[in-house]
Amino acid sequence: MTDATAHQPQHVRIRPPRRWSGLGVRDLWEYRELAYFLAKRDVQVRYKQTALGALWAIAQPLVLTFIFALILGRVVSIETGGLPYFLVALTGVTVWTFVSSATTGAAGSLVADANLLSKVYFPRLLLPLAKVTALLVDAVIAVVLMVVIAAAWGHPPELATLTLPLFLLLAFVATVAIGILASTVNVRYRDVMAVMPLAVLIWMFITPVAYPGSLISETWQLIYAINPVATAINGVRFAVLGTEAPALDQIAISIGVTLVLLVSGVIAFRRNEAEFADVI
Amino acid sequence: MSDIAVRASNVAKRFRIGERTGGYDLLSERIARTLRRPGQRRRQREFWALEDVDFEVRRGESFGIVGHNGAGKSTLLKILSRVTPPTRGEIDLYGRVGALLEVGTGFHPELTGAENIYLNGAILGLRRSEVARRFDEIVEFAEVQQFIDTPVKRYSSGMFLRLAFAVAAHLEPEILIVDEVLSVGDLAFQEKCLGRMQTVTGEGRTVLFVSHNLAAVDQLCERAMLLERGRKVFEGSTGDVIERYVRSVRRLASVDLARREDRTGSGRLRFQGLSIQVGGENVDTPATGQDVELLLDYATADGRPLRNANMAITVLTPLGELMLHLYTVTRGEILRELPPTGTVRCSIPRLPLPPGQYLLNVWCDVGGEILDWVQSAVELTVVEGDFYGAGQTPQQSHRTVLIDYDWAVDSARSGVG
Repeated sequence: MTDATAHQPQHVRIRPPRRWSGLGVRDLWEYRELAYFLAKRDVQVRYKQTALGALWAIAQPLVLTFIFALILGRVVSIETGGLPYFLVALTGVTVWTFVSSATTGAAGSLVADANLLSKVYFPRLLLPLAKVTALLVDAVIAVVLMVVIAAAWGHPPELATLTLPLFLLLAFVATVAIGILASTVNVRYRDVMAVMPLAVLIWMFITPVAYPGSLISETWQLIYAINPVATAINGVRFAVLGTEAPALDQIAISIGVTLVLLVSGVIAFRRNEAEFADVI
Repeated sequence: MSDIAVRASNVAKRFRIGERTGGYDLLSERIARTLRRPGQRRRQREFWALEDVDFEVRRGESFGIVGHNGAGKSTLLKILSRVTPPTRGEIDLYGRVGALLEVGTGFHPELTGAENIYLNGAILGLRRSEVARRFDEIVEFAEVQQFIDTPVKRYSSGMFLRLAFAVAAHLEPEILIVDEVLSVGDLAFQEKCLGRMQTVTGEGRTVLFVSHNLAAVDQLCERAMLLERGRKVFEGSTGDVIERYVRSVRRLASVDLARREDRTGSGRLRFQGLSIQVGGENVDTPATGQDVELLLDYATADGRPLRNANMAITVLTPLGELMLHLYTVTRGEILRELPPTGTVRCSIPRLPLPPGQYLLNVWCDVGGEILDWVQSAVELTVVEGDFYGAGQTPQQSHRTVLIDYDWAVDSARSGVG
C-alpha cells in the first residue's frame, strides 16, 4: 500500500517527552479527517438522542431567552436604551449558549474519550477541538436565527453587521482557549468537572448575557473587557442591533487576554499531553 | 534501506502511583494538602514497568512478546503505539504502524455500523477514501450486511466484535501491533482472524504479537522474547521462549498462594491456598476419572463476612489454552455469605482431564468488582486413570477433555435387507 494511508511518516522515533515539542500543527493537519469524524460523531449522536433533532440547536437559546424576557424584561424591567429586551437577551443568549456548552464540553472531552486516549495515538488536541467544532454547528444555526429574528423586529442587516463574524470569532477563540486549558487541568484534577457548572454560572453573571453592557459604569468598562466574551457580546449587539460599538481599547484588551489564554492553554496542554494516557 | 523494522534500545517506563488508585487527583485535595503542610510534596511511590528493554525486529518478521501478567507487555505495546511515551530509551519504527490494542475502541453505540466503520477507520489511521474503497470488503468480512444501517447498540456482542476486527484487519500497515485480539469472537471467527494475520505476515509485513495464548504465538511467530518484571530475560526462537516461559510459570505456581504478589483485584478477599482432595485425603497428583475436590482457602481483608461473591477456577494447559472454566455463576450458584475465613469447595466428579500438566487460575468477584485474581495459582499434574472404567487409560492429549459416550452396533436397521 503506497497510497495516502500514511498518517505517520515512514520513520518514527519514539523518545521520552521533551519539555517543549512545538505546536504539533503538522500532526494536527495529518489527522484532520479524524477531527472531522469525531466532530461528526458528536453531532450525529446529539441529534439522534433527541426527537427534536436540529431543532434542539435553536430550542435551547430560545427557551432561555424567553425565560429572561419574562423575568428580567417584564418583572424586573431592565434599562435597554429603547431596544426590545427580547432582542438584547436573544443576542446575549445566542453567543452564551455556545460559549458555555463548548467550554464545558471541551473541558470534559479528554476524560469522556479516555478509552480512545489510552488505546490509540493521535494528537490529543483533536478532542477538545472536535468538541468545540461539533457545537459550532448548533451555534451557526442559532446565529442565523438571531439575525432573522432581529431583522423581522426592525433591525435589518446594515453595514455594521459585516463586523458580526469578527466578534463571533473573538468569542470562538476565547472558548477554544478556555476549553483547552480546562481540559488539561481536568485530566489531572478530576473534580474540576464538578466545579465547572458553578464557574460557568458565575462567569455568566459577569458577562452581559441578560443585560446590556452599557449598564456597567464607565470606570469598570476596561476591567470588564478582561472577559473577552463580554466584549464579543457587546460587539454582536453593535453588529446586529446597532448599539454603541465596544471601544477600541476594550477590544484590544479582550483580544490580548484571549491570545494569552490561547497560548498558555496550548503550552499547558502540550506539556502535559504525553502523560494523559498514564494519568487518565 | 535497512531491513530493520523496529529497533528498541534501553526502553524504560516509570509510573508514579499516587495515594489514590487512579493516576488522577482532586484539586480540592491538593489545595487542602498545600494549606495544611505548605511546601511538602506529596508522597508518591514509583515503579518501573519496563527496564532497559532492547530488541530488534526485521522487516517481514513476526515477533512474539510473552510474559506473565504485569511483566510489562502492555506497557511496551502502549509505547510502541505511541499512546504513552517511554521514560528513557528510544524506539525507531521504520514503516507505517497500525496498532490493534483492543478491538472496538472508539465505537459509539448510537452510530450505525456504516458510520462506525468510517469513524473507526479514521481512528486507526485510514483515510476516508481508503475506507470507502474497502467498505464492501469490511462489511463482508464482518458478516453484518443486513445490519449495516442499524445502530451498533442493537448488535449482538459477536456481531460487534466481528465488525470491530474487520475494520482493524483491513488497515494494512507495514508494522502491525496486535494485543490479544484473537481471544475474541467465536471459534470460527478466531480462525478467520488468525488466517488473516498469517496472510499479513505472508505479505512481508512486520507483526508484533502479544498473547496469553502461547499456541497462537507459536503458530504465528518465528521469534519471540520473554519479559519478566519489566525486563527482557530471554530472546530466541518461539519454541525456546515458550519452553522458558512454561518453566517460569511452573516456578511461579510453586510459590505459596498466600505469598503471591502478582495478583489483580481490590484485595477485599485473598485466596490463601488451594489444595486437591480425593476421598477426603489431600493428594498431589489426582488421576483421570477420580472424584476430585478443589479446596480454596480464603480470608477477607477486614475480617468481616462477605456477601454474594462469585468464584471461579480456570484450568489451562501450560500453553495457555483454556480447558475448563468452573464458575459459580455459570453453575447458577451464589456464595450468599462467606465467613471471614474459610474454605470453598469445588467438586468435580470423574475428573475429565487427560493425564498431563495444567495450571489453575483462581478468581473472586462481587458485582463486577474483582476481589482477587491469581493466574497460574497452582500447577496441577493429572496422572493416568481409568475414566471409563474400561481398563483403558486415555492418551495424553492437551486439546480435549473426556466425556461420556457409548458405541453400539445395530445389526439390522430399517431398510437393510
